[in-house]
Amino acid sequence: MVGIVGYGAYIPRYRIKVEEIAKVWGADAPSYKKGLQLWEKSVPAPDQDTISMSVEAAKNALIRAGINGSELGAVYIGSESHPYAVKPSGTVVAEALGATPECRSADFEFACKAGTEAMTVAMAHISAGNMRYAMGIGADTSQGAPGDALEYSASAGAAAFVLGAENLVAECEAIYSYMTDTPDFWRREYEFYPQHGSRFTGEPAYFKHIYGCANGIMKKSGTKPSDFNYVVFHQPNGKFPMRAGLKLGFTKEQIEPGWLTPRLGNTYSGSSPIGLTATLDICQPGDRVLVVSYGSGAGSDGFIFKVTERINEVRDSVKHTVWYLDENKVYLDYGTYAKFRGKIRKND
Amino acid sequence: MRDVAVIGIGMNKWGELWDKSLRDIFTEAALKAIDDGGVDHIDSMYIGNMSSGLFVGQEHLASLLSDYLGQGPIPATRIESACCSGGAAFRSAFIDVASGMNDIVLAGGVEKMNDIGGDGATFALATAADQEYEVYHGVTFPGLYAMMARAHMERYGTTRKQLAEVAVKNHENGSKNPLAQFPFKTTVEGVINSPMVADPLTLMDCSPITDGAAAVILCPADMVKDYKNHPAVKIIGSGHATDTIALSTRDDLTYLKATEIAGQKALKMAGKRLSDIDLCEVHDCFTIAEIIVLESLGFFERGKAAAATEAGETRIGGKIPINTSGGLKSKGHPVGATGIAQIYEIVNQLRGGAGERQVKGAKVGMAQNMGGSGGSTLVHILEVM
Amino acid sequence: MFPARYWREIPQRYRLEANKCKKCGYIGFPPRLVCPKCGGREFEPIKLKSEGKLLTYTIIRVPPSGFKDQTPYAIGIVELDDGAKIMAQLVDVNLEDIKTGDKYHIEFRKVQSDGHSGILAYGYKFVPVR
Repeated sequence: MVGIVGYGAYIPRYRIKVEEIAKVWGADAPSYKKGLQLWEKSVPAPDQDTISMSVEAAKNALIRAGINGSELGAVYIGSESHPYAVKPSGTVVAEALGATPECRSADFEFACKAGTEAMTVAMAHISAGNMRYAMGIGADTSQGAPGDALEYSASAGAAAFVLGAENLVAECEAIYSYMTDTPDFWRREYEFYPQHGSRFTGEPAYFKHIYGCANGIMKKSGTKPSDFNYVVFHQPNGKFPMRAGLKLGFTKEQIEPGWLTPRLGNTYSGSSPIGLTATLDICQPGDRVLVVSYGSGAGSDGFIFKVTERINEVRDSVKHTVWYLDENKVYLDYGTYAKFRGKIRKND
Repeated sequence: MRDVAVIGIGMNKWGELWDKSLRDIFTEAALKAIDDGGVDHIDSMYIGNMSSGLFVGQEHLASLLSDYLGQGPIPATRIESACCSGGAAFRSAFIDVASGMNDIVLAGGVEKMNDIGGDGATFALATAADQEYEVYHGVTFPGLYAMMARAHMERYGTTRKQLAEVAVKNHENGSKNPLAQFPFKTTVEGVINSPMVADPLTLMDCSPITDGAAAVILCPADMVKDYKNHPAVKIIGSGHATDTIALSTRDDLTYLKATEIAGQKALKMAGKRLSDIDLCEVHDCFTIAEIIVLESLGFFERGKAAAATEAGETRIGGKIPINTSGGLKSKGHPVGATGIAQIYEIVNQLRGGAGERQVKGAKVGMAQNMGGSGGSTLVHILEVM
Repeated sequence: MFPARYWREIPQRYRLEANKCKKCGYIGFPPRLVCPKCGGREFEPIKLKSEGKLLTYTIIRVPPSGFKDQTPYAIGIVELDDGAKIMAQLVDVNLEDIKTGDKYHIEFRKVQSDGHSGILAYGYKFVPVR
C-alpha cells in the first residue's frame, strides 16, 4: 500500500482584498465577491516564488514524515509559474532539502493539476519499487492579467507530500485521471499573462472534467459520496467547487475543511493539494478523503486517501495550514501588490 | 631602522572633478608635494588606491602613475587595503625609507569615484565587505555602520543628537579648509532631518563620494636639512592591524579591536602616551565611526565619546581636537587618498601652517585610517622635529 | 551574478553547512581551513541551528542595485542557538516592530535575481518566530 508519509503547506502572509483591486479597475467589488465567492487572496513577496515556497512546504512535509531529506529518491514540483523556463525548480528544492545527488527530478506543467500529477508520479515510483520515498509538490505564484477577472483570484501557495509505502499518514486506495484536449485557459511562451475562454472555462472545462474524474474514480472503486468524510476539489474560486460538490451529491460539511479559496484565492497547482493538507489537519484515523484536481488544457486527477492512526502523531508537529492562512496577515494596497507582482514596467 | 621625516605635502581640492582623470588628479597632488618638499627626484613611490579597476577600468597604477609623474623607471607599487589603502601606502613608504632601501619616497593616494555613477560606486565600495556573507544579502556600508550605531546606542545610550554633533563639528572645521569637498557648516537639525540612508544613519551621517588625491614625500630624518625649511616632521610611530572582514564575526559590535591594537603599537613605537597626542585625524566614514574609533584608541572610555563630542571636547581648542581637516565627512573621502590626506593635515598642523584650523602649540599628531567596517587599520604618529 | 561563485556557496546558502573546530568549538560559517581562535586545523562538519535572537539591525533605504524592488528592507545580525552569528535580511515583519533581542528563524527565500535573464540566487532570510 502506498500513500502519504508526510505533508505540509506554505502560504505567504501578504493579502489583497477584492475591493482594493476592483477600486483600481472601476469594477463592482460586491458583485465580484458574490459571483466568485472570494473576498481576498494571498500575494507572494518579491523574494518568494514557486521554488522558495516549495522548500518551506517540503520541510514541513519532511518533519511530519519523520525522514531526512537525503532519503528522498525524487522531487517533483508541478507549477505553472516555475521561475525558470529552462532549469528545473526541482533541483533547487532537492538541493535545499539535502536530497541530492541520489535523487531525480523534472518539472511538471499541466496548469492547475501539475501538482497532483507530480504526486501521482511520485507514488508510481514507490509502487514500482524504485525508491523508498518521493516528494510531490504543487506550488504556484501565478499571475492574473491586470483588470481581468482572474486578477481577483490568482494567488500563491505550496503544498508538499512525501509519498512512500511505510509509516503512512494516509493510504492511497485509488487513483484516476480524466483528460481531454480542451483549450479553456493557456499562456503562450514569452507571454507574461495567461488568457482564457471566459464562460467556456465553466461547463465544458472545469465541470466536465471534475464530474468525469469524480464519477470515474467512484465507479472504479465502488464508492459513493456518502462513503467519504471529506472531499477536496480544485478551487479556482469559491463558487465552482461548492457547485460541483453539491451537484455530485456531497454536502457542504464534507467540502468545507478543504475549501480555502474564499480567503486564499486560487493557488493554481497548489489549489487542491493545499486543500488536502488543510483537510488532513482535521482528519481522524479512518477518515476517507476524495481529492479531485483540475488543470486547464484539460484534465482532472483523482485520489482516494484513507487516513491512518499516525495522523494523531504528526498532525501537530508542524504549523497547520489554517495557521499560515489566517495568522499574521498583512494587507497590501494595489500599488504595493503591483510592485510585488512585477506588473510595473521599469528600466532594467 | 633609520628615522624618517615628512618633508613635502600636496593635495588638490576635492570634489566632483569632472574635467580631471585619475592620472591628472594624482599627478597634480604629487607635483604639489614634490614642489612643497623642494625635491628634484624621487627614488620610489607607493600609491594608495582601493579600486581603480572598478571605478575607471584601470589597474596597473604603478606603471601609469610613475609614467605620468615623469618618474620612470623608479619602482612604484599600488597598495590596497580598502579605505585604509592610503595609510597602508604611507606605512610601506615609511618602511622603504626606514629600512635604508630608498631615500626619497613618495606616498600618495588617489580615487576617482564619480565616473561610474551612484550604483557603480556603491558596488565598488561594497567590495570592502564580505561579498558572499554580507553584500550578497543586500547590505551597504551605511548599513554596516548603522548596525554598529544601533548596538552602540542600545548599549551605552549614545543618542541620535550626539552622532549629529560629530558631523556638525567636522563641517565646522571643514568650512575653514579650502581644499574640502563640502566646506560649509551644518546643524544638528540639518543632520537629523537629511534623508535616511540606513536607520538610524542619515545622508549627513555619511561621508561622500569624492574624486581626489594627496601625496607626501618622505626622506631619512638626517637628510631634512638638504630640503626646504618648513619645520620637518618625523614619523615616530606606525601601527597596523587587521580584524575579521564580516561584522557578524566580530567579538564586539561596538568596538574596533584592530584600531585599538594598531594604536597601541604606534604609541609603543613612538614611546608616547595618549595624553602626549595634541590632535588626531580619525576615519569618520560615518559619524558613529568617529565615536567608536575614539573609544577604541582610548581617548575616551567605552560609551563616553559621544557625550564628550557633544560637550565640545573634540573641537579645535578642546581637550583633544579630532579631524581638524573636516574629516572624511566634510573634506571628502576619495577612498585611497584619505589616509594620505590625514598625514597632510597632521604635518600641516605640526608645521603651524593650518591657518584658521591651527591647533596652538601642536607638537605630536596622530592619524587613524581604517578599511571596510574596521577589518584593517593603520595608525601613525608624527612629531615636529 | 556569476554562476560559479553562486553555486560554490550553495551548501551554506541552502543548507547552512558549517564546520566546528574540534579543539575549541569555534563555528566557521562558511567552513574554515584554520581556526581563527586557536589555530586548529581539524574540524567536524555541522549544520547551523535555524533559530536565534536578533543582535542588531538596520533598515536599508538607499539600496544597492538589484535590491531596489525590496526597499526599504531590514537586515540584521542574528545569534543562532548554537552561538554562530550570521547576517541576513529580516522579512515578513513590520519595520517599525523590529526590536533587538527578538527571536527569529530561518526561511528559504530568493535573495537576488540577476535582471531578466540572469540566474536566480536563493538563500536564507530571517522571519520572526511566532
